[in-house]
Amino acid sequence: MPVNPELQGRTFPPTEPYLVGREKVREFARAVFATDPINLDPEAAKAAGYDDVVAPPTFAVVVQERTLAQLLAEPDAGIDFSRVVHGDQRFTFSRPIVAGDLLTATLTVPSVKTLGGHSIVTAETAVTDASGAHVVTTISALVVRGEED
Amino acid sequence: MAAPALADLRVGDIVAEESFPLTRDSLVRYAGASGDFNPIHYRDDVARAVGLPGVLAHGMLTMGFAVQPVVDWAGDPGRIADYQVRFTRPVVVDPELGAVVSVVAKVGQLDAEAGVARIDLTVKVGEETVLGKAQVRVSLD
Repeated sequence: MPVNPELQGRTFPPTEPYLVGREKVREFARAVFATDPINLDPEAAKAAGYDDVVAPPTFAVVVQERTLAQLLAEPDAGIDFSRVVHGDQRFTFSRPIVAGDLLTATLTVPSVKTLGGHSIVTAETAVTDASGAHVVTTISALVVRGEED
Repeated sequence: MAAPALADLRVGDIVAEESFPLTRDSLVRYAGASGDFNPIHYRDDVARAVGLPGVLAHGMLTMGFAVQPVVDWAGDPGRIADYQVRFTRPVVVDPELGAVVSVVAKVGQLDAEAGVARIDLTVKVGEETVLGKAQVRVSLD
């Protein structure tokens, strides 16, 4: 089944709020070789002007993942996950994510393109905090490989 | 750490350089931290069955650590305004030898008016580039 071109322009309902835990930030920081005390030690983070430990830049994938799950679960999307390759990724920040943040993510699909038998689905996830202020927008290009003959 | 001053930078300056040795343990750790449990990142049989040369590092893992030298250089994660990469080539992580990913961060463009330095990352395994168009926009005074 090919990717449904009518996905283009669709906006999904916001995800359930995600509470960023201090230990989750530490776990993620260690996994991406972040060694700055600001990522690990609440006192160091406070000294730098943050309320709690600061998540590394790519931490937003944890929240983004929930929106991509919405996309793949969309009954009429026609996206076969086993054929999906991550083409590129971008993060645009208003501020870093910090432990204690309650984050909500809203997915839109700005474009669906076809290129030589493959489809490229752009997934844009806007992440806001409990006050509704923008924190980060993530943009993923998902390449859905066409069926081989 | 004090933030670098925009006026002190020149296009082409290398601002950070680091090598990251990856093992299968690194991939399992990242799977847990990120919630991405795709078995191609830890099972040789599954990787082979879908036609891959072996178990691969998560693209997002490589993207995640490649920016760290720039974050450290910038002195404050709040200075990272934008970060993008293209996943050009997978990083195969050998069960015994692992893989070593090298990162070189160089000033690609300076915008004094906007107060932004674009830092371009060269991310390689051996001689092969694994991330394309890897760019970090850093807000500096």
